[in-house]
Amino acid sequence: MKRINQGFHKIGVKLIVAVGLATIIIIGCYSYINLRSQSNMLLSEFERHANQLSETIKKATRIGMLKNEREQTFGIINMIGTEKGIKKIRIFNKEGEIIYSNDSTQVGKMVNKKAESCYACHTADQPLEKLPIDNRTRIFRVNPDSTEILGVMNPIYNEPSCWNSDCHVHPKSQKVLGVLDITMCLKDVEQAQRTSTIKLIIFAITSILALSLIIAFFVHKWLVQPVNTLMEATHEIGVGNLNYRVKDLGNNELGILGRAFNKMTKRLAEARIQLFQSDKMASLGRLAAGVAHEINNPLTGVLTYASFLQKRLKKDPEIQEDLSVIVKETIRSREIVKGLLDFARQSVPKKNEVSIDELIDNSIKVTKNQLKLKHLEIVKETQPDLPLITVDANQIQQVFINLIVNAIDAVPSDKGQIRISTSLVKLSPLGVSQIKNAVCRKRHSLIDNEIKIGGLPSIKVQATQNGKTGFINLDPIYGKHNHQYGFTVVEGKSIEMYCPRCEVSLNDSKKVCPKCGSNIYTFEVPPNGMFEGCTNKACNWERWQAMDEVGEKDYVEIKIADNGSGIPEEDLPRIFEPFFSTKGQKGTGLGLAIIWGIIDNHNGTINVESKVNKGTTFTIRLPK
Amino acid sequence: METKDILIIDDEEVILDAVKKIGKMEGFTVEAALNPLLALDMLEKENYKLILCDIMMPEMDGFQIIDELYKRKLNIPVIMITGYSTVENAVKSLYKGAIDFIPKPFTFDELMSSISRGFKYLELQKQIEGTQYNTSRDSIIYVPCPPKYMKLGFTSWMLLEQEGIAVMGATDLFLRTVDTITNIELMKKDDVFYQGNSCVKLESADGLIHRFMAPIGGKIIERNEKLIENVSLLEKDPYFEGWIYRLIPADIEYDMKYLIPCSSDRI
Repeated sequence: MKRINQGFHKIGVKLIVAVGLATIIIIGCYSYINLRSQSNMLLSEFERHANQLSETIKKATRIGMLKNEREQTFGIINMIGTEKGIKKIRIFNKEGEIIYSNDSTQVGKMVNKKAESCYACHTADQPLEKLPIDNRTRIFRVNPDSTEILGVMNPIYNEPSCWNSDCHVHPKSQKVLGVLDITMCLKDVEQAQRTSTIKLIIFAITSILALSLIIAFFVHKWLVQPVNTLMEATHEIGVGNLNYRVKDLGNNELGILGRAFNKMTKRLAEARIQLFQSDKMASLGRLAAGVAHEINNPLTGVLTYASFLQKRLKKDPEIQEDLSVIVKETIRSREIVKGLLDFARQSVPKKNEVSIDELIDNSIKVTKNQLKLKHLEIVKETQPDLPLITVDANQIQQVFINLIVNAIDAVPSDKGQIRISTSLVKLSPLGVSQIKNAVCRKRHSLIDNEIKIGGLPSIKVQATQNGKTGFINLDPIYGKHNHQYGFTVVEGKSIEMYCPRCEVSLNDSKKVCPKCGSNIYTFEVPPNGMFEGCTNKACNWERWQAMDEVGEKDYVEIKIADNGSGIPEEDLPRIFEPFFSTKGQKGTGLGLAIIWGIIDNHNGTINVESKVNKGTTFTIRLPK
Repeated sequence: METKDILIIDDEEVILDAVKKIGKMEGFTVEAALNPLLALDMLEKENYKLILCDIMMPEMDGFQIIDELYKRKLNIPVIMITGYSTVENAVKSLYKGAIDFIPKPFTFDELMSSISRGFKYLELQKQIEGTQYNTSRDSIIYVPCPPKYMKLGFTSWMLLEQEGIAVMGATDLFLRTVDTITNIELMKKDDVFYQGNSCVKLESADGLIHRFMAPIGGKIIERNEKLIENVSLLEKDPYFEGWIYRLIPADIEYDMKYLIPCSSDRI
């Protein structure tokens, strides 16, 4: 139990791992995309901010520069440079000389045109004169450990006010006068990025944990618990408690399994009861036979010796009298033993001529109590002067009792109606007459008791078609055609048939099948003339002249009808199967199977017609 | 080689002893074999007139003994002794060639009547052998049953008269194995018996009571009342006027398996 339990836990673990992995992938992708767009947004926002700042500085210093008031420009740059996050504000001229800087030590120094800040314009040998806004920014680290730094280059273009100014420092032809370079620390952006990454990781872990917990909970509720219940049930069944039922597990697959399990257990319990019952009867029979047998031998000793003494002591009347008591009593014991053995041999059918009417009356008598309990009466409509038929009276009575009890169970109290009617009917031999004896021309029996068709010994012939040889077992019922082919037989073609013993041909070359023109086979059915059939598998022509001449045979038909609950249409084909029961716990499901067997043994037929809530009619036909 | 009267084969010592004692009392020489193999050894060394044999024995069954006798060409009549549970087997043994069977447990009288019929049968067989070379017409030992009849062993016959009705009676050979019949006791109408059951009690002049085995099972619909008035009719015309019962066969197809067509007598 524990092992399996662990196994199912494993299913839970696997599910959790699988869902966890899926969650990681989904959240990972989501986070990556989200983080990327978030940091892009942050960065572009920062860039915009930096650009704006650089424009602001450019504009703020413009007047100062136009007027060449360096102090004022310095003042502005220094003031703005103290803002948090701003690292450097530099303005250099076209030659690369730093003219203004918030770091006064740098003023007057030259900037390497190949340095990162100049890179945007000076990659090509000819410096760019116009720099689009997007290309003005750059991100770099001063050294690998330091935080990232954003630099914004803002070229200062020559404008009419510059060359119209009093100082005339810049000629009109000059396009770019210098560059405003601001570097700002990206620490805040990085910080924001890190925070959101951490948040996302926490979110991912939390959701995986939560999902796992939810899955674990439902796996336990929906899988582990029902499986444990089923396991417990199998354990109970295993130790023989067939009355154990699995509680309702809902409408899911396991619930269906549970119900199927209960159904199976019920069937098993029924089968066990039936087995037990038949086993009990069989062992009682065996016991009786065994006891009788064992007693028989010593009884023989007593009887022979006693009767021998009786003869020997003829002249002694006193002893003679005593001895005759011994002989008489031993003969009585002999009769008791005989009775025991008769009981043991009850299963052997003992057929005799009986009146069906009488059997029906006896059956009604047996079920009288049950009829009384439900306030029912049986309406009997029997045809007068029905012929006597040869049957095992006990078995046929068992059939009637079973069917009457079934009807009583099916009908409602008071309102129920059970009707039994009998009549004499004539049925054609087709589908009814059985070939019980078959011989080839050399009088070898063709009857095969090993392969049975419809429970009856079949007729075995050897056959050849297209060079292939095998055996065919023919259906012993005239007109039924449930032949068994021991090898692949092609339809539409004739087959050569032989006696399996002497290989004499069974085909009749003088005749052809009147239906399809193929060859026909023929064998004798002593004492009922010849049997003929078509060798073409696709054709089912058969002729048994002796039976056809007898024509329709008399059958006694017994109908037992009720107006009870009826049998659903889908169950009808199965009701004669062993263990099929519609009575739930009440029945064993063997009654109708046994009934079918008994009727079949009598060469009779049993049919059922039923409509739900209208009633059921069983029709039995027994040959006269 | 000396010829003994009876060889009894049974795996029950008490039965051997009882049969030995009964035989001795009646003046027969009886030898017993506790197992079939020993019996076959004894048959090599000595001649016996009659064999009594149990059907169910450990090493070999009664049928195998009959087969073995046939193989050795020993023409010794065999009477089967059977338990009740093997009535079918008993019928089968008659089919295989046993002349009679005695169901266990049996009384002194039952055993003696069977043995006496056995010896009588042997005597008749010898007469037949004797007359084989004698073509004289007067030397008919017994009247065989008519060709359409079927018989169980050599005892009883039956004939299907019309569909579903059979008539049965005793064969002439059987009647010749019993002394003059003095009394006959028949079963009642509507009584039922099975193949191999004793269905008639015959009392003969020598005081023995004989079982008469039914050739087929069924229900009696008519009995020959004339027989009760005049028993001698049975011996005078066993196949026609001396019929015993008219009956409805129970399972004629099953019973037929063990019946022998009378036509085989005429060869």
